[in-house]
Amino acid sequence: MSAQRDRWVSSLSFLLFCASSIPTQGSARLLQELSPQQYFSSLQAGRASLAYFSRNVSPGAQPFLEQIENSAEALQDYGISVVKVNCPKEDVSRYCGKENALKKAYLFRGNVLIREFPTDALFDVNSIVANVLFALLFNEVKYVETLADLQNVENALKGRSNMVFAYVPATGTAEHRAVMEAAFVYGTVHQFVLTTEATLLKDTGNDEPDVSSAWLLFCHCQQATDLAQPCRRTAMGQALTMLNIHRHLKLMGAPLVTEVAEDPEKVSTIHLQLGLPLVFILSQKETYEADRRTAEFVAWQLLGKAGVALLSRDLVDLNILLRANVALKTPDEGVPIKYLVLEDTDEVITLVEDKNKVEQIQEDEEDEEEEEDDDEKENNNQDIQDDQVVEAVSRDKKRELPLEQILVLTEENFCSALSENARTVVLFYASWEAVSLAVLRSYTEVADDLKGTQGVVLSRVNCWDWPGICTKENVTQFPTIKIYKKGERSVIYNGMWGTEELTSFIMMSRVPCPLKLTTIDEAEGYLRGEFPFELSSYHHTSLLGLFSTATSEAREAFEEAGSILSGHVTMGMYFEDDALALSRKYAVSPPALLLARSGGRSVEGIALSKQSVLDMVQMIRYELLDIFPEITVQNLPRYLELRKPFLILFSDGDIGQRESKEMLKLAKGRPQQAFVACWLNLKKTPVGRGVLKAYFATVPSLPVLIWVNLHAEGQVFKFPSEESITETNILSWLEKLKAGLEIPSSTLSEDEWKPPLPAYDFLQMMETAVPELPLHTAHRHRDTPTQHPPESPGGDIAVREEPSQESKAEKIGSPGRDLRGTAPRLAAREKQGKRHSEL
Amino acid sequence: LGLALYASSLCVVSGAAFLYHDYCIIGAGPSGLQAAYFLQQAGRDYVVFERSHAPGSFFALYPRHRKLISINKRYTGKSNAEFNLRHDWNSLLSHDRRLLFRRYSRDFFPDADAMVRYLEDFASLLKLRVQYNTAIVHVTLERDEQAWNGHYFLLTDQDRQNYKCSSLLVATGTWVPNVVNFPGSEYVEGYETVSINPEDFAGQTVLILGRGNSAFETAENILGVTNFIHMVSRSRVRLSWATHYVGDLRAINNGLLDTYQLKSLDGLLEGNLEDLAIIKDKKGKLHITLRFYLENRNISAGIESITLPQDELDNFATRAPYDRVIRCLGWKFDFSIYNRSLRVMPGKGNKKKYPQIKPSYESRGTRGLFVLGTASHSVDFRKSAGGFIHGFRYTTRAVHRLLENRHHGVPWPSTVYPITQLTNSIIKRVNEASGLYQMFSVLADIILLRENATAFEYLEEYPVGVLAELEMQTGRKAPNGLFVIIMEYGRNFSGADKDVFYYNRAVGEAQHAWQSNFLHPVIYYYKRLPTEREMRLRPPDWPLPRPDAIHHIVEDFLTDWTAPNAHILPLRRFLENCLGTDLRNFFAESCFLFAFTRQKLPPFCQQGYVRMQGLVGSEGLRRHAVEAGLLEDYTLTDFSGDRPPDSHEGSQDQLLRDHAIPVRPLQHLVNAKDE
Repeated sequence: MSAQRDRWVSSLSFLLFCASSIPTQGSARLLQELSPQQYFSSLQAGRASLAYFSRNVSPGAQPFLEQIENSAEALQDYGISVVKVNCPKEDVSRYCGKENALKKAYLFRGNVLIREFPTDALFDVNSIVANVLFALLFNEVKYVETLADLQNVENALKGRSNMVFAYVPATGTAEHRAVMEAAFVYGTVHQFVLTTEATLLKDTGNDEPDVSSAWLLFCHCQQATDLAQPCRRTAMGQALTMLNIHRHLKLMGAPLVTEVAEDPEKVSTIHLQLGLPLVFILSQKETYEADRRTAEFVAWQLLGKAGVALLSRDLVDLNILLRANVALKTPDEGVPIKYLVLEDTDEVITLVEDKNKVEQIQEDEEDEEEEEDDDEKENNNQDIQDDQVVEAVSRDKKRELPLEQILVLTEENFCSALSENARTVVLFYASWEAVSLAVLRSYTEVADDLKGTQGVVLSRVNCWDWPGICTKENVTQFPTIKIYKKGERSVIYNGMWGTEELTSFIMMSRVPCPLKLTTIDEAEGYLRGEFPFELSSYHHTSLLGLFSTATSEAREAFEEAGSILSGHVTMGMYFEDDALALSRKYAVSPPALLLARSGGRSVEGIALSKQSVLDMVQMIRYELLDIFPEITVQNLPRYLELRKPFLILFSDGDIGQRESKEMLKLAKGRPQQAFVACWLNLKKTPVGRGVLKAYFATVPSLPVLIWVNLHAEGQVFKFPSEESITETNILSWLEKLKAGLEIPSSTLSEDEWKPPLPAYDFLQMMETAVPELPLHTAHRHRDTPTQHPPESPGGDIAVREEPSQESKAEKIGSPGRDLRGTAPRLAAREKQGKRHSEL
Repeated sequence: LGLALYASSLCVVSGAAFLYHDYCIIGAGPSGLQAAYFLQQAGRDYVVFERSHAPGSFFALYPRHRKLISINKRYTGKSNAEFNLRHDWNSLLSHDRRLLFRRYSRDFFPDADAMVRYLEDFASLLKLRVQYNTAIVHVTLERDEQAWNGHYFLLTDQDRQNYKCSSLLVATGTWVPNVVNFPGSEYVEGYETVSINPEDFAGQTVLILGRGNSAFETAENILGVTNFIHMVSRSRVRLSWATHYVGDLRAINNGLLDTYQLKSLDGLLEGNLEDLAIIKDKKGKLHITLRFYLENRNISAGIESITLPQDELDNFATRAPYDRVIRCLGWKFDFSIYNRSLRVMPGKGNKKKYPQIKPSYESRGTRGLFVLGTASHSVDFRKSAGGFIHGFRYTTRAVHRLLENRHHGVPWPSTVYPITQLTNSIIKRVNEASGLYQMFSVLADIILLRENATAFEYLEEYPVGVLAELEMQTGRKAPNGLFVIIMEYGRNFSGADKDVFYYNRAVGEAQHAWQSNFLHPVIYYYKRLPTEREMRLRPPDWPLPRPDAIHHIVEDFLTDWTAPNAHILPLRRFLENCLGTDLRNFFAESCFLFAFTRQKLPPFCQQGYVRMQGLVGSEGLRRHAVEAGLLEDYTLTDFSGDRPPDSHEGSQDQLLRDHAIPVRPLQHLVNAKDE
């Protein structure tokens, strides 16, 4: 028992220590030299010792003695003392007397002789240690000779404990010693089985066994239930050294799949500590069960080669591609985790089985992509339009646009048209440019809406026909819309290119901005949205500037701001003598601003301090933002401008009154909010569904409250669906978010907007097709050897690099790829119909 | 007489009191007037000296038969004034729409008198400062550290009046007739004086020396009345439709080729004129012999003793005697008025009729002396149009812009655009720009990228030969890479002996655009400005050194490069790959989606939608985009899954490729394996 306890004393570090110390440390006087009497009296119960009896030092026994001496230290680590017993000449006792006995070594436990070893079985340290431990661990290490024996052992173990089955070509070898040493440590945990029979090796599933090398299998019998089936086995791939076995057993002991809910960069498992990679299977709540099965499958495949962890994306904020499903962490310091998109578990296994293949696979994938690219070239995928606007316009080109309402302006009539009409809206466009044409389509709808409106003429100038006008009117971009008022400077339209927005802009700019109101009644009517009549049909917030006759400075700034905001904002101003009556009514003192939202039901007063025009514009824009707006495609930019996180309630249709009330409370509660509280109606803004899909892969149950920080980190959080949407719940949730206690559901991709497809590489085509083309002369190469031709974007420089004469010859010689340059010409010949010389 | 003497001496005495101008232009021909126009527009101090009493004196005499060979195309079917200049070879550049040549002549090949009238109007309507009847007879330098170029130009006219200028623009053209001297050349009549009345040639046999347009024009005039015409010159005939060089023999003049090849007695011969000799016999007939025979002859012997080639070779081609020999050998630059210190040197080889200048049109010998117009043709001789009105009107503007930057700190005009306008600005220019089109391979538009490629600066019609000096010459900076937009014919397509009508000469597909033969736009991309060394070592026939990437827009039969898929799409892909960004346009709805699902936005959304100028698009257009699989319709996908309902081409669904694709479950693979 004590021997076993002793065994347990030995720890990993101890093992490592002795493993490394064996070869270096010699016999440091650990070999005791005792008389037989001394020896036998020193034997302690349970303590093993190896004794060698010698009468006098015979020359033949000298090398053996050296080995014994050398093994003394190793054996001491296992609590086995090594003793040289000097027999007195006269001693004729059992061990000293017989000449025969002197050629042997004796292993005692206590005073019980366990085994006697002929000296030729103890030829070196390995054999000494192996044989001694083998003898001592008789129960822990079963020796089997037949398959039946093995199966018996295995069956007996099923459901109880695991088995370590080792084959060594011969006993007394280094491998044998390693197995025995491992058995010394793990013998109570796993059943060790040893054989030297090569036939068993074959039967254990190794088809072409290399009988000359040792072999170790870990048989997972503990979980095995089926008696008819052998236990699952995991072979150890490495050479049988004590360290490797230890490592293998450690790995077998580790959990098959580790569940991870923290940053994978911080995760560490035994695999990483032992220098093995760790594979993460990225899981989502929705696919958890399947992912778990996948992980286990992969884990079995990779047992002993890599660890497998199941990483729940829902719990961890991962700043990675949504498509990524596997991650690989290597034990090397400083190597970032690789996130991969793999399609097959085989790929995961190959990924690990040969670490070198990690790169290779990726390269292969790239190659494949390249090949795909090549294919694409042949399929003319590059030729396929992937610009939604251009494609939409081309598909619409055969439809004749209803342009009758829109006056065509030319160099001849441009000036006269502008002078004839009170207000002329001019669309400057280019007839070949897609965005212009898209706007032209909306413009026809505007023309339809405004049909019959007095005093507004819609017109257009095609800058492709009349570049002179466009240059003169300083139109540098297509499209541009300008509104020319007779006798005033023109106004450039700077709003959304949409029918509604443009119509409202044109209508609103018919009214002076700011509009001078002359009576109190007018001012009141204005605040109610009833005056002026032209604007009454447009929902808007009215702004009224109140000025006393003295405050001309603020009034001028207000007027200037009005001219900037003209068309976007309804602004009025009142500076009659009785302005004080109004200011008293709304409890403000001039100069002040009255803000009438939703038809004058609520009027807010804002004092106007000394402000620059731009400040005033900024202030007015800000004041016009809703407190709890419905976000739409059209108004999002105005809120984006605030550069604050968004708290959005996604709703299918209108939001419920309760939610609306709570959200409004929340939004109003803190006027200087650090976020934009808003809601989104999926019926009105269906693209919101796309947003949700990007966040959660599927649309979650609605309504759903989302916190998304668009401007920093891009983390998306989902308000727990089980909690009800109340101000207090939201606030406490936001507190938790702030404290970092919540895990983001998703993170917005940080990807740059790269070119969607490669371009035709004409430079390479030219060089391939016309190798003699002196694109850069040999001269340049000779003179500037260090100067490489700069890398072309998106291309493979190696290919493009001017080949030397030899490699060029090779290129010409080798068929296939390099002949492609000539292919276009041939291909082009075949497609003669496309050549315009033939019509 | 005494008074005259006195007056002239006064001038000499007061010679120190020079009349000073910042710019002096010699010659009030088309290029001189063109330069004057730009200087006047810029408000510069300039004067034009013209030896004649009216502008364009060359055209008052030449061409002798009065038919200009520059095209006056009055209709193109387009109203774009810039585009129409591509087919107007006679107008000068100005803001005045009255000064378009089509208002001066209805002829496709107008009469030279129309040109004289036009130039007169150009000078007078624009009130250009031209000093007529002033022939500059001498030009010298006066060193002065203070001067713009380290020296002043001192000009002396025929009346010994002196003028002092900081910058000298030489627009004298090439007006000195080329002559060859050989024994008997005194019997040769010159093109400049020969009769243009066909009746004078009735029943005569004529030999014409030279093979240019003036020679053929002369032949054309008398073709119908002569016995036969022979034409001799050193080089074979170069047809302009084969060389696409407008200075070579134009089809309008080539009637003699017809009669030669159609066995009507006329003929062409090749031979070196300097080996020739002409002998006049007693009847006044002119015989062709070789200088070689004359050198060997006995001086004392009479005319009968001279060996004629036919004495030895009795089928010698030009053995028939001629009634007249006419010299039509073209003109050269007048080098005589320049002091040697100016080092105005003739060019080499076939450019010896032109003074040596740099690609910036500045003289190689003297800083501040610029050569304009026909005399500046050495830059693109036999290549582009720099020797003709329709070419040098642009190079003159380029020189003016260089001068504005050099002397007045006015940088080369440029426009800054957001990067979203990159494709558009190129397409616009390659479709309408006349300077790029006429001065192909010589003038190029330059796009200078701003940092991070969010914006760019567009410079028009810069002389590409001095690309390396761009920053110094334009006052613009190019630290972030540049595009050069230029127009080119296919290399090896045309030439004097090339068949330019071979079958399948035109390329129709964008992917083979680099093999385009007809004039087409080419865009070079450089990550940094090429150095002078790289410019010098560029491959022959290449206007520019090897770029980092190149794009050809496929040649177009209509020279209309606005096709969305064949022209614009490949260009966009090229630009995208050079800049490493996505230049597609997006509807506001897509930008909305990106704003909520990506931390970064494509330039179109960034510069449009985010600034409240999103492209909402009409319902119909969005439906088209959905049908094309380029826009997802979320109102429908609610119940029909992720796929757009009508996405017949799944591969096109690239836009949303990166979005909303759930983690690909691996379990089906596992299950398959377990089985």
